[in-house]
Amino acid sequence: MTLATHDSPLPTTTTATATAVLPQRGLGDRLSALFWQHPNVLLVGLLVLPLAWLGIVYLGSLAALLLQSFYSIDEFSGMIVREFTLRTYLELLRPANMDIIIRTVSMAAAVTLGAAIIAFPIAYYAARYARGHWKALFYLGVMLPLWSSYLVKVYAWKLILAREGIITWAADAVGASAVLGAILSLPVIGGTSLSTSYIGTWLVFLYVWLPYMILPMQAALERVPQSMLEASADLGASKWQTFRTVIFPLAMPGIIAGSIFTFSLTLGDYIIPQIVGSSRRFIGQAVYQLQGTAGNIPLAAAFAVVPIVIMLIYLTIARRKGAFDAL
Amino acid sequence: MQAAVEFANVTRHFGQIRAVDGVDLRIDEGTFFAMLGPSGSGKTTCLRLISGFEKPTGGAIRIFGQDVGLVPPNRRNVNTVFQDYALFPHMNVRDNVAYGLMVKGVGKRARLDKADALLSLVKLDGYGGRKPGELSGGQRQRVALARALVNEPKVLLLDEPLGALDLKLREAMQDELKALQKRLGITFVFVTHDQGEALSMADTVAVFNEGRIAQIGTPAEIYDRPRTRFVADFVGSSNVLPPDMAARFGASSSWASLRPESVRIGLDSARITGQVIALRYLGAGTRVIVAVPGGEIAAFLGKGQPVPAPGETVALGWDDGALHAMEAGQ
Repeated sequence: MTLATHDSPLPTTTTATATAVLPQRGLGDRLSALFWQHPNVLLVGLLVLPLAWLGIVYLGSLAALLLQSFYSIDEFSGMIVREFTLRTYLELLRPANMDIIIRTVSMAAAVTLGAAIIAFPIAYYAARYARGHWKALFYLGVMLPLWSSYLVKVYAWKLILAREGIITWAADAVGASAVLGAILSLPVIGGTSLSTSYIGTWLVFLYVWLPYMILPMQAALERVPQSMLEASADLGASKWQTFRTVIFPLAMPGIIAGSIFTFSLTLGDYIIPQIVGSSRRFIGQAVYQLQGTAGNIPLAAAFAVVPIVIMLIYLTIARRKGAFDAL
Repeated sequence: MQAAVEFANVTRHFGQIRAVDGVDLRIDEGTFFAMLGPSGSGKTTCLRLISGFEKPTGGAIRIFGQDVGLVPPNRRNVNTVFQDYALFPHMNVRDNVAYGLMVKGVGKRARLDKADALLSLVKLDGYGGRKPGELSGGQRQRVALARALVNEPKVLLLDEPLGALDLKLREAMQDELKALQKRLGITFVFVTHDQGEALSMADTVAVFNEGRIAQIGTPAEIYDRPRTRFVADFVGSSNVLPPDMAARFGASSSWASLRPESVRIGLDSARITGQVIALRYLGAGTRVIVAVPGGEIAAFLGKGQPVPAPGETVALGWDDGALHAMEAGQ
């Protein structure tokens, strides 16, 4: 049984005969119909150009690089010998070259670890507590350093860390010169001043790449519902247990994503160690010199393959350890 | 009987909003207690005050006689079944259930055995190895229940646990929860906005409105003798008659409640006549809305009774006790 609610039919517009199918209006409607009938057409249309770009320009050059690394250089003429050989890779194993690799990988690992430790509280605050204006301020604060020129930032740091710089001055002012001196006299990572030591290089790397760790971490933490943390506390877990067994594993994909950035960016950088640090070379500098002044393209290519291999190993281990289980 | 949970003049304000505004309540040990109310009435905040996720602005909360004002959630012997279940997605079902024992330092063998026993209690034998993402909504609900029971809490808090389930499953789970509560003898505190759920499951129902308890009593008391207009209207849809109309039918001059199923249509014992303005088919019967002088009265006609047509004039009647006078105010 129904109730009559309308005494008169709905008011009609101009056309007298109503049809079930509306007329087609121009090209837009025709394209919409085509995409509706064949959804794959739209997909292909959207993907062809970016995929071509990615495939040819990016992967293509990577393949060319890989190919170069299997050539060698004729030591007398300096000409590239276009024959397949593993000799160039063997050259990487020379002590001087191994030093460069170990130095770079250690620095990348230290930068990644430091960035993760500093980024976590910031990302956690932004994900859990910051709302409205504070959230906007957070994004601004994190992104702002990315807007200014990389070189300006690095040179600014050189001034900050220099022997005559603000840190030395501040240490003098508060009577902590001895502390600074003790830090600088540490073996290996110390030096004559912060700007010529590994500590300085590490600090600048940390500063420059930190946003790349904070943002993915914050995105991962944002996806952890409040109720999950409450459930953990409800079941008797202390704050530390909740962090270790719930927050950390769930933030892991974000930490891994961030560490891919900080790790690979540090592995490939050749400007920061050039400006701030001891004059000992990193992979990026080696590649830069080998393909430029030395003209040894095959060895440069072999060096460039090293970060790729390291990243693959890193991701494989991370996956084995279950870092992506929460994805 | 000992009180499992006691509230003494408890308030919880969020800025200007008085989410909980002077609540006194006592939940007896071993009972199935329902907190019923519309959203924003303060029922969930009360539950979170018991679990410790909210701190009271004023007043005292005691769990089994112990003041818990300064006790953090992880040290309260109460556990919660969350509305969204809050299962840990990176752990399998067995580890989820065993979590409460794991953080207490119980050995792996012992805690997994206990988890299996609880999974069997909620009829999920053999699901231990799966991830929560591989389960249906009803199964996740059972895992959440097993997880909350693993620490053998003194009070189990359930925050609208059946809200996300479809009707059939919800009814089955209602029966199971009730049976489980009887069997375990644990005090259950159940938050819901579904009055049918509260009436069918609970021993005691507290009806919340605007941060206060409007009425507390057995389901029958709440349904048959609502104390205020709000309760009459929220718990089952009642005819709420204004004082002048109620006085005409012999009740004292206050607001009165008249349940639609107490109203008969027919000339015998007719008290008033009116015109049928709307019919609503409800499956088990039909609700007839009748316009009478001074307002509307709804009558519920069961299956088999003749249904009048809209516009028809009908006589309405009811037994003497059916009209229930309520207190003034909300």
